[in-house]
Amino acid sequence: MARSAIPVVGGCFALALLALPRLAGGEELKSYSVTGDAIVESLTGEAGDAARGRKLVVDRANTCILCHSGPFPEDKFQGDLAPNLSGVGNRWSVGQLRLRLVDASRLNPGTIMPSYYRVDGLDRVAKAWSGKPILSARQIEDIVAYLATLRD
Amino acid sequence: MKVVAAIVLSSLLIAAGIVLRPLIATEIPASERRSGYTFMSPDTKAMQDDDTTNPGMLGVIEGEALWNRKGGSADKSCADCHHDAKVSMKGVAARYPSYDKVLGGPVNLEQRINLCRARHQQADPLPYEKHDLLALTTYVAEQSRGMPITPDPTPELQPFVAKGRDLFMHRQGQLNLACTNCHDDNWDKHLASSAVTQGMPNGYPIYRLDWQSLGSLQRRLRNCITGVRAQNYDYGAPELVELELYLMSRARGMPLETPAVRP
Repeated sequence: MARSAIPVVGGCFALALLALPRLAGGEELKSYSVTGDAIVESLTGEAGDAARGRKLVVDRANTCILCHSGPFPEDKFQGDLAPNLSGVGNRWSVGQLRLRLVDASRLNPGTIMPSYYRVDGLDRVAKAWSGKPILSARQIEDIVAYLATLRD
Repeated sequence: MKVVAAIVLSSLLIAAGIVLRPLIATEIPASERRSGYTFMSPDTKAMQDDDTTNPGMLGVIEGEALWNRKGGSADKSCADCHHDAKVSMKGVAARYPSYDKVLGGPVNLEQRINLCRARHQQADPLPYEKHDLLALTTYVAEQSRGMPITPDPTPELQPFVAKGRDLFMHRQGQLNLACTNCHDDNWDKHLASSAVTQGMPNGYPIYRLDWQSLGSLQRRLRNCITGVRAQNYDYGAPELVELELYLMSRARGMPLETPAVRP
């Protein structure tokens, strides 16, 4: 599927509903629009919760700290495949962080950063994950809110 | 004329789809190839180096017993045809997967053992990843320990190597990652705190501490495929054998370490 500014819903809304019956919690992908290198609007229409976001980031199941290190002294097993998250809130705006989580490949097709909120353009996804984004819209917003607090 | 000839030739190559793609620039030069061994802690290296502490050596001992055990309707052992494995199997694992004329495609060492069972012992295949097949494979492969990987040069095999390379380069799964993204481009880094490594196939079957057992290269490949959240391939699937073929071609010249120990 070609990437558009509104990637999944819009014209494909009915199709998306048919194709994604097992999306977590019955949630279909929220539409979003990209401005420059950012998604300015919250995916949920609400601000995320930074405390929840921190818990999500340090939970290995969400894969962040497999590649990134950061200010998580309780975790000894952090990766170095990707930049340290310390100070990431100074380097990027909230909107820039949001796009980098949602679909970093839009900015750099060669990136190893998975697209955490995308279900199209993927090959051979295991059945358990098929049609599901890696993170929900609310989880993305919580993580964005947390990353924005990392100022040093 | 030379320029025209070159242009015509390159057009033909492009048309045939055999031009070097940009990805090839990321492949690891022979001089920088590193066994998984070199990424290990001194303790784990020592465990591999000493046959009395290397847990994979139990597989070798048990494999030797299986080599000499008669079986199947033919009531034959491996040794009845191949005699002393120390002689007949020397160097064999270093050139597998190899071409099977009857099947017209590649077979790995486990599949060759089972083909031998079917064709010459009239015996049932040993199940993948169970102890007997792992032990017998380890025993056969250990006869090539220290020998350089020398892939089977059969021309008919080369399209399968190319398919394996394509799969290695192909992003898949929910995490949308290809083998090359980690094992060509980021082998000097760490996933969580574990060394990424170059994904070299030169120690299989290995004793993996994480598994607490011997395991095949295909088991290891399946681990990574699960890790990127992709649909897995069954043991013995053509895709996995093709991937093995490409990995062995990519490791040409590296000494075999079977039974290697890995974390």
